[in-house]
Amino acid sequence: MNSEKQPIVQTIEHIYRQDAGRVLATLIGSLGDFELAQDALQEALIVALERWGQDGLPHNPAAWLVTTARRKAIDKIRRNNVFSRKQTLLQTLVETETYEEITSCPETFPDERLKLIFTCCHSALGIETQVALTLHTVGGLTTPEVARAFLVPEPTMAQRLVRAKRKIREAGIPYVVPPPDKIAERLEGVLAVLYLIFNAGYTASLGDSLQRRELCAEAIRLTRALVMLLAQTPSSGEEPEAPGLLALMLLHDARHQARTSPQGELILLDEQDRSLWDKNQIEEGVAILERALKLHRPGVYQLQAAISALHCQVARPEDTDWLQISLLYHQLLKLNQSPVVQLNWAVAVAMASEPARGLVLLNELDDKGSLKSYYLFHAARADLYRRAGDWQAAHAAYSQALSLTQNVVEQTFLQKRLAEVQTKLFPGGNDSLR
Amino acid sequence: MRYMALIYGDSALQAAMNEAELQAQMAAYNAFTEELTRRGGRVGGEALHPTTAATTVRVREGKVLTTDGPFAETKEQLGGYYLLKCENLDQAIEIAAMIPGALTGSIEIRPIVEWE
Repeated sequence: MNSEKQPIVQTIEHIYRQDAGRVLATLIGSLGDFELAQDALQEALIVALERWGQDGLPHNPAAWLVTTARRKAIDKIRRNNVFSRKQTLLQTLVETETYEEITSCPETFPDERLKLIFTCCHSALGIETQVALTLHTVGGLTTPEVARAFLVPEPTMAQRLVRAKRKIREAGIPYVVPPPDKIAERLEGVLAVLYLIFNAGYTASLGDSLQRRELCAEAIRLTRALVMLLAQTPSSGEEPEAPGLLALMLLHDARHQARTSPQGELILLDEQDRSLWDKNQIEEGVAILERALKLHRPGVYQLQAAISALHCQVARPEDTDWLQISLLYHQLLKLNQSPVVQLNWAVAVAMASEPARGLVLLNELDDKGSLKSYYLFHAARADLYRRAGDWQAAHAAYSQALSLTQNVVEQTFLQKRLAEVQTKLFPGGNDSLR
Repeated sequence: MRYMALIYGDSALQAAMNEAELQAQMAAYNAFTEELTRRGGRVGGEALHPTTAATTVRVREGKVLTTDGPFAETKEQLGGYYLLKCENLDQAIEIAAMIPGALTGSIEIRPIVEWE
């Protein structure tokens, strides 16, 4: 690689990361085809590498890319003009194309990313495909990057993306923002995809690649864009759940530094060094949440963000308002009956009153059996037994939890707890267990 | 675009219906067909006799082989179809959700290949 070209490569990479979603959204809008748009953008990037290296950056690189890619697409359609249905498209494209010098391309172009987001998160696509496609097109992650983030071989991911684009075309998934009466329902699917991306990053352990951690930042970036785009779209009305999710992500992510020790061990909330929490991000999350709550239409994300905010805003764990948290979980239960929410509710009740009450609720859950193979369920029981001083039961529950997780960070944490409980069980040494 | 909406349902459930239920079902389908026609979305559509009336044909080594019934034993069988004309998949989904059979069985939407 030519050393003079190195900076321009980096500049292009940076611009691509920043603007790929917007450029692509506009191209798909005018070309009506995901694959054609992406191919054309690739070609435009190759031209950019040549031209920008020689002539310097254009005034508005993103707009330059749109114009150049559109011309590349026209060339491509001309070359393959056997496809008669593209003829009308070609006609329109050529008519809108003024053939000015590329340097004088428009200053701005409309942001059509909302259409792109709704198309990528269409429920006619599998959820894994929605996640991959959103990261790839809206987020501008390359195929290898998406593959690494989801621990999938690159050819598998490439094939998944190709199939998705084919399905969009063949099945006629429209490239539109859903009508006002459908937007709330469709938004639910979009938010679920963004939350999945965030969680994939959040649950990544130390052993995982860095790319996985970066999924949190990517999810926040995408959700931020979504909130902004929705606010700019009058037909979407005010949707409190989108900012609710953004607040939830910001509040969770604000604590990530404190979640693991330098050795990569998991540190639970009440043992975290709170000075490591990102105060600015917490402030931002709380402010966004408060604006959303003012609309008085609570939803699962707002409620979870509110719970997180209560945790984030106290200096010492013993000051945590567990009563308020247990009430929020109870409200959340009305919207989401999932066993995991029930589990969290039971723990909050225990913390607000006494371990025994939480244990009664947890054991009721145990009777239903849906959580038996879930390590966190047994870890939560173990923790309450530990708090209640029932070392025998705590030991059994920690052992059960340990047998149910493959995650090294979680295993290390449980082993540490197990050792603590063992010293309580056998204060004079634990020879008998050797 | 044109889409085929394939209506799948449990034919045992269908067979167990009494006269009143059958009539109610017929009325629901008539109302749907009317609405679809009104919207200009109906290209075609038929109901099929149950799979007990089906014959499966295969040609192997030049010989015509026929068997009774459908090839595979599944819980839901094809009971009928509509051929739809829609703007896009969202519209097709909206219409498919109005087909009475969607309440008990399922509707498979398949885009029609348009040869050019």
